Amino acid sequence: MIRFVIKRLLVAIPTLWAVLTTVFILVRVVPGDPTMVILGDQASEAARAALREKLGLGKPILAQYIDFMTQVLHGDLGRSLATNRPIVDDVLAVLPWTIELTLASLVVGAVIGIPLGVLAAEKRDGFADWFARIFSLAGVSFPAFVSGILLLLAFSVELRWFPVISTAKSDDWFGRLRALVLPSINLGLLMVAYVTRVTRSGMLQALGEDYVRTARSKGLGRRLVVWRHAFPNVLVPVVTVVGLYLGVLIGNAVLTEIVFNRPGIGKLIVTALNQRDYTLLQGLMVVSAFAIVIANILTDLTYGLVDPRVKTA
Amino acid sequence: MTDAAVPLVVEGMTTSIRLQGRLHHVVRDMSFVIRPRETLALVGESGCGKSMTALSVMGLLPPAASITAGRVLVDGVDLVGADEATRESLRGDRLGMIFQEPMTSLNPVLPIGFQVGEALMRHRGLSKRQAREKARELLELVRVPAAAERLDAYPHQFSGGMRQRVMIALALACRLRVLIADEPTTALDVTIQAQVLALVADLQRCEGLGVLLITHNLGVVASVAQRVMVMYGGDVVESAPVAAFFARPTHPYSSALLAAMPRIEGGSQLQPIPGQVPPLGDMPDGCRFRSRCPLAHERCAALPPMTPVAGDPDHLVRCWARSDA
Repeated sequence: MIRFVIKRLLVAIPTLWAVLTTVFILVRVVPGDPTMVILGDQASEAARAALREKLGLGKPILAQYIDFMTQVLHGDLGRSLATNRPIVDDVLAVLPWTIELTLASLVVGAVIGIPLGVLAAEKRDGFADWFARIFSLAGVSFPAFVSGILLLLAFSVELRWFPVISTAKSDDWFGRLRALVLPSINLGLLMVAYVTRVTRSGMLQALGEDYVRTARSKGLGRRLVVWRHAFPNVLVPVVTVVGLYLGVLIGNAVLTEIVFNRPGIGKLIVTALNQRDYTLLQGLMVVSAFAIVIANILTDLTYGLVDPRVKTA
Repeated sequence: MTDAAVPLVVEGMTTSIRLQGRLHHVVRDMSFVIRPRETLALVGESGCGKSMTALSVMGLLPPAASITAGRVLVDGVDLVGADEATRESLRGDRLGMIFQEPMTSLNPVLPIGFQVGEALMRHRGLSKRQAREKARELLELVRVPAAAERLDAYPHQFSGGMRQRVMIALALACRLRVLIADEPTTALDVTIQAQVLALVADLQRCEGLGVLLITHNLGVVASVAQRVMVMYGGDVVESAPVAAFFARPTHPYSSALLAAMPRIEGGSQLQPIPGQVPPLGDMPDGCRFRSRCPLAHERCAALPPMTPVAGDPDHLVRCWARSDA
């Protein structure tokens, strides 16, 4: 297992290098003079030259590349153009909010999606199956800002169970958890939809497999056959989907963060775009790319846990 | 209540499957008994209802199929009409089954030792540790080398022959009365086939097990079975002790099967049976073999009864042309 982990981490190094290089190139091939974009077309030539100097854009491209890589490897993403604060500080300030929202949505997706998918497969074409299919279709097609506002109206404004604005002090754990409930349900609906679908189709296949017949031939009851023999074989596709959509979740978090007024990476990206904060954007791209690479590594490591055939491969 | 010393009695069992709203009989009016230490071979072409017979007895039929008539008595308990809990309590305890495909019949994500011992936890209330110890003994019994070290191994670490041994250990975990073996050696190499069959025969001798062996290999039948039943299109067409069957195959289909079997001494060419088994919806009335039978006659439109051959009550045939002789 430890060799598998080390191997997987080593494979991640070239991936991260490629990601960083792509971010570097992307930012520099955007047409137009970046100083023009940042300062506007009314800026004086002197101001633009000063900014160019500050951004290091006067240097040869290779020197810029080496500077950029050295900075990133030292954990330095530069300073924000808009606020002049270190970008790393800005990111670290909101990162816990994003992580807790993403993880909570994952939990919502798994806790609702897996039983729903299993039940749908077990009672194929029955009531539970139709409910699961309609629910997962709605989950995929319902825009997050609509479902978010509906959740707020129902549970915060009418029932007053949860706060309308999700910012709570970080030392107030109960308040923070309570504020997390609605946003994570809202973001988790998408996850529920995907997890339900993949669990259902995986279970339909698994329940028809020979080893399920073997399990039944031992006299095992329905519950053991489904949960002990069929379900573990569905974990690999479920983990794949969860891992893949982790990236999608980070992107989708923007809408949820805005509707529930939560800080987070998504909201920071929108701020950077609005303020044409080009260095902040570059830093956020790096952070998002790292997050997705880490999610992929975790997914691969989970394969090793759920499928004995992966470990030895 | 019938004789409880006979572990498996099947009487007039008919199994039907519903396809596109129509009910088809895939097994018709099947009767047989299996005694301790006896091997009954069930032979016939693919699609003749052999596997459906096995699944009916086990109560593992697909959802569209069910037993629509007759009785299946396991140690005197009728499984037809029994509730699922009763059937589950007999499955894996009195009745066990090994399947054709050892490569897919074991669960890829559970360790071998656990899969083998699981039936003991279910039926004997053994703890996980006790079941594991028993699983080691069972794996030694079926001659899996280094059994103790392999309890935590997974199926993909075993060869096909070893997996079939594991399947046998798994099926035999409790003191079975009847083992149903559905083409247990078809997917294996010839040398491994012989080992697996010898293993089953050994276990049969010391455990007093009755075996229903489903196969299309008449060579296997000749070497291990005491009785043979030939099936065609869901009907038993001939039932006989092995020696009588090979000496005097009586039903035209039985003779055709034997003529289609390769022999070392015979210089004559193999004779394939012309035509093929008609699809379920197209089965002729009466004798289902008559569309391919060289002796077909008008009266074959009515299903012939099982009648003794030359006055032998042990050798029965279902054919108008042969029973009058």
